[in-house]
Amino acid sequence: MILPAIAFYLLAAITIGAGLAVISARNPVHSVLFLITAFFSAAGLFVLLGAEFLAMILVVVYVGAVAVLFLFVVMMLDVDFTALRQGFARYMPLGGVVAGVLAIEMVVVALSVAGGGAAAGSTGAMSRSGGATNAEAIGRVLYTDYVYLFQAAGMVLLVAMIGAIVLTLKHREGIRRQAVAAQVARTPAKGVRIVSIKPGEGLAP
Amino acid sequence: MEVGAPSFWTTAGGWTVLTVLQILAVLVWILLSLAFLLLADRKVWAGVQMRKGPNVVGPFGLLQSFADFLKFVLKEIVIPAGADRAVFLLAPLVSFTLAFGAWAVMPLAPGWVVSDINVGVLYLFAISSLGVYGVIMGGWASNSKYPFLGSLRSAAQMVSYEVSIGFVIITVILLSGSLNLGQIVERQAGGFWNWNVLGGGGLKNLPAALVMIPMSVIFFVSALAETNRPPFDLPEAESELVAGYQVEYSSTPYLLFMIGEYANIVLMCALISVLFFGGWQAPFPTPFTAAWTPTAASFFGFLWFFAKTIFFFFLVAMAKAIVPRYRYDQLMRLGWKVFLPLSIGAVILVAAWREFGPGA
Repeated sequence: MILPAIAFYLLAAITIGAGLAVISARNPVHSVLFLITAFFSAAGLFVLLGAEFLAMILVVVYVGAVAVLFLFVVMMLDVDFTALRQGFARYMPLGGVVAGVLAIEMVVVALSVAGGGAAAGSTGAMSRSGGATNAEAIGRVLYTDYVYLFQAAGMVLLVAMIGAIVLTLKHREGIRRQAVAAQVARTPAKGVRIVSIKPGEGLAP
Repeated sequence: MEVGAPSFWTTAGGWTVLTVLQILAVLVWILLSLAFLLLADRKVWAGVQMRKGPNVVGPFGLLQSFADFLKFVLKEIVIPAGADRAVFLLAPLVSFTLAFGAWAVMPLAPGWVVSDINVGVLYLFAISSLGVYGVIMGGWASNSKYPFLGSLRSAAQMVSYEVSIGFVIITVILLSGSLNLGQIVERQAGGFWNWNVLGGGGLKNLPAALVMIPMSVIFFVSALAETNRPPFDLPEAESELVAGYQVEYSSTPYLLFMIGEYANIVLMCALISVLFFGGWQAPFPTPFTAAWTPTAASFFGFLWFFAKTIFFFFLVAMAKAIVPRYRYDQLMRLGWKVFLPLSIGAVILVAAWREFGPGA
């Protein structure tokens, strides 16, 4: 079919274009928005690969949650653009090394797939085996063969979450807090006193 | 769509044309329904307050939404000085597109769905989690304090309630054993006692209703918060923030925001009916439809789906009329300290029920 090809080239072009725009945009908020575009079209590429579960999780987790926090932080920051550019030359070598390593890794993986190496057989991992949808397939592997690793990953995330809470939690003394249970439990009998006041006498305390 | 001989309709071009036509049909249906649901919303609100509501344009005010539409479109688009033009205009488009894109996987009737994908529930969840971008972008690009505060509130609120919506959806997925919305609906066939809200599997699953009925309520309330409807309309709390992230919007961009918001509300209503109340399944066994043509049977189902969706929209409108607005800290407390533990507990209970109960 010609349609998947059109969809692939469209999504791939958008992904690469948005990726370039992320690093070239002047405004950091625009960068984040382009990053979101890149994530979203990458999810589209996953769908074309037949990995619809991964695609949806990518959108839910990265676009729906992580990038929202990114956007929050970047919008709130008072970014000084001149200060950012001054650091460019200083961080250039380190950034270049990281980019180089990543590029070499990708080339190696691409070569091994093209050459029928170890990774070549893994193209079938995303496809359906025995009629199972890939959400089912991932679930089966995740909760049987890799259940301990999966649980360990969950524990790491839990510890990280507790750590973040402990770091930012402040117990302030002398704060009046809303006691919701006490408020809800209040009845008219306890909260209101009905008295009849005779004119001219006022209410005796 | 079943054509025996290879014809134009089985080629890529034919497929494209057919899909575009289907999308257009759904889109037109939603837009037309929205026009009248908007009016119904205002009428219900007016009825509760013992007013008449819009009653001038057309009989009973039926054409009010179309008059409003013309008015919005003909007004001038004002873009504030210092606003980020591109993002400012993109924000309502994002809201609008996402709200309608989500309808692609909604099973309207037996076989009536634009895209019958296996991860339909996840797709809906993903798209609704993107809805927050329209709000943030609109608030930020306006270059003004009130919209920005409104959008910050809204983002925090939507992200918070998404979590409990996610867990509630998981309970339904556990009961149905499928991520496909069509299959979720099909599993609830045969009468209201098979609906997921009552445990989704006849009388032997009825004890699960003890969990599922509260879950449907939590879903409804979270849907109100997720779509920024009263009593959780803090992003646009008019008494403190004027109109939240929409302050600087006028004319068509505002209209897009508003239509997107209402499309989302109706989507949530449709989702409640699909997940918990059997979608297009009638509340009684329908063996008599077997003799009908598929189109007639589909239309019969569609009427049920539509009726249920409208019923939940009525509930949403009543909630707007009756319930006073939540305070921000109460909203956060409700989301994180009440709904989240409850829905996580429900996931554990339903999982245990599926594993050890009679429905296993």
